[in-house]
Amino acid sequence: MDIKTTVFYFLSAILVIASLRVITARNPVHAALFLVLAFFTASGVWLLLEAEFLAIVLVLVYVGAVMVLFLFVVMMLDINLERLREGFWNNLWLGGPIALLMVAEMAAVLAARYFGAEAMPAPQAPGAGYSNTKELGRLIYTDYVYPFELASVILLVAIIAAITLTLRHRKDTRRLNSSEQIAVRRNDRVRMVSMPAEKE
Amino acid sequence: MEALVLQFFQWFWNLFGLWDALWAIVKPVWPLVWVLAKIVGILVPLMLCVAYLTFWERKIIGWMQVRIGPNRVGPWGLLQPIADGMKLFFKEVIVPTDASKALFIIAPIMAIAPALAAWSVVPFAEGWVLANVDAGLLYILAITSMGVYGVIIAGWASNSKYAFLGAMRSAAQMVSYEIAMGFALVCVLMVSSSLNFTDIVNQQGRGWFASHGAGFLSWNWLPLLPMFVVYFISGVAETNRAPFDVVEGESEIVAGHMVEYSGMAFAMFFLAEYANMILIATLSSLMFMGGWLSPVGFLPDGFLWLAAKISFFLLLFLWFRATFPRYRYDQIMRLGWKVFVPLCILWVVVIGVWMLTPWNVFK
Repeated sequence: MDIKTTVFYFLSAILVIASLRVITARNPVHAALFLVLAFFTASGVWLLLEAEFLAIVLVLVYVGAVMVLFLFVVMMLDINLERLREGFWNNLWLGGPIALLMVAEMAAVLAARYFGAEAMPAPQAPGAGYSNTKELGRLIYTDYVYPFELASVILLVAIIAAITLTLRHRKDTRRLNSSEQIAVRRNDRVRMVSMPAEKE
Repeated sequence: MEALVLQFFQWFWNLFGLWDALWAIVKPVWPLVWVLAKIVGILVPLMLCVAYLTFWERKIIGWMQVRIGPNRVGPWGLLQPIADGMKLFFKEVIVPTDASKALFIIAPIMAIAPALAAWSVVPFAEGWVLANVDAGLLYILAITSMGVYGVIIAGWASNSKYAFLGAMRSAAQMVSYEIAMGFALVCVLMVSSSLNFTDIVNQQGRGWFASHGAGFLSWNWLPLLPMFVVYFISGVAETNRAPFDVVEGESEIVAGHMVEYSGMAFAMFFLAEYANMILIATLSSLMFMGGWLSPVGFLPDGFLWLAAKISFFLLLFLWFRATFPRYRYDQIMRLGWKVFVPLCILWVVVIGVWMLTPWNVFK
């Protein structure tokens, strides 16, 4: 086994174990942290595949931002695990078949016919000076510019929708206007009065 | 460099006639040994800088406040950081009874590992770099974005209200300012059309001013002035330094996420904070102040210029701390989201349009 294969199996083992722990960990914070580990290891696997841009962006976006907010929320939740467990058998009749269906779908798509070694030959090794990032940028902004712009518009709409849904105007908040506060001059607040000294 | 070192070893061990025997053993693992040597060569000076940065912080803030600062241990107090280090090293690391043990221990490691790993792509002069990777800028952004986990995990694992409040504050603050920071870096990326730090520095050495002997006017700080300011202020916020230190907030939440830590575990958070400060100062010098390039034509480029620029930015960090009162939390969020993010988006458009006009200076 050459070193690349060894590293691949090492990372894959961590990835599989971490993913399993995500769904088996009793503590939701531990589960979220295992998900972070899974993302990080997956980016290592992508680096092995010479997809350095995607690997780094995976860490940047998912590990650095999304999972931080996830943890932020999960840490503040007061989850009662017993009550969550209660529903397990009641919902199994629905959840079980759906899980089986998903496994079947994945198997159909990922079967050797489409994603096997024959169907997906290894790409030719790029020459020296090949930059993954540059190539990706060139493709996104030329050949795939419309799908890319569409995706970004959809995301923008989703952001605005999410903010609008959570926006609540409370009447009792005391809003501060920073520019007004900064614009205040001494003479607006303080009045110098000249008066004779008083004796007691 | 590598050849020189090898030659030296060959000469040294040949004095004893042992070179051939040694080389037969070392040769298969030499690349690994060499990389490890380079890592040590970066980390040892870095740790020394961190130690003396804490000393200079106390000295300089002392002078700014007309005090003397540490002056008892060693000549002019110069051994103070060593004494502090020894003290922290020998103190007991106390783990609270109700803490989540494993995570409590992992948290300081999660804080310091990204702070050190980021240095692997930072060049110190032409060719002086551990890993000259193409996507260096992205790598730095990704690695430093993981530093927040140390703080969050520490806050949660401590099982303490103050620590948890600190963790919550840091999660929100660091994620907010990362966006402004990322956009500032997008501008740098646009003008230098490269993610490689060496290319980014060398690009700043070209231009009308540089060819007329006034290189410092060709550096990125001038055309990207708003982004330079945004980047540095975001850097101060990312490192949780004053005036953005609500995460620690001694007067409100004791020491935030670090409140339950003692001894070496506490020292690791401290090391991470100062290593990150030096990193932000270095990145600011590399991306906006021309790195190791000389400001004027008649002086040679070199590492000393970079060191001088880093020292200047570090002085700013200390100066801010001595000068500004702490921001209120809502003011921090307002500055990040309502001032910096719109400004950054605007400047990305400005730079984009500028580069399409005939007055494009970034070639």
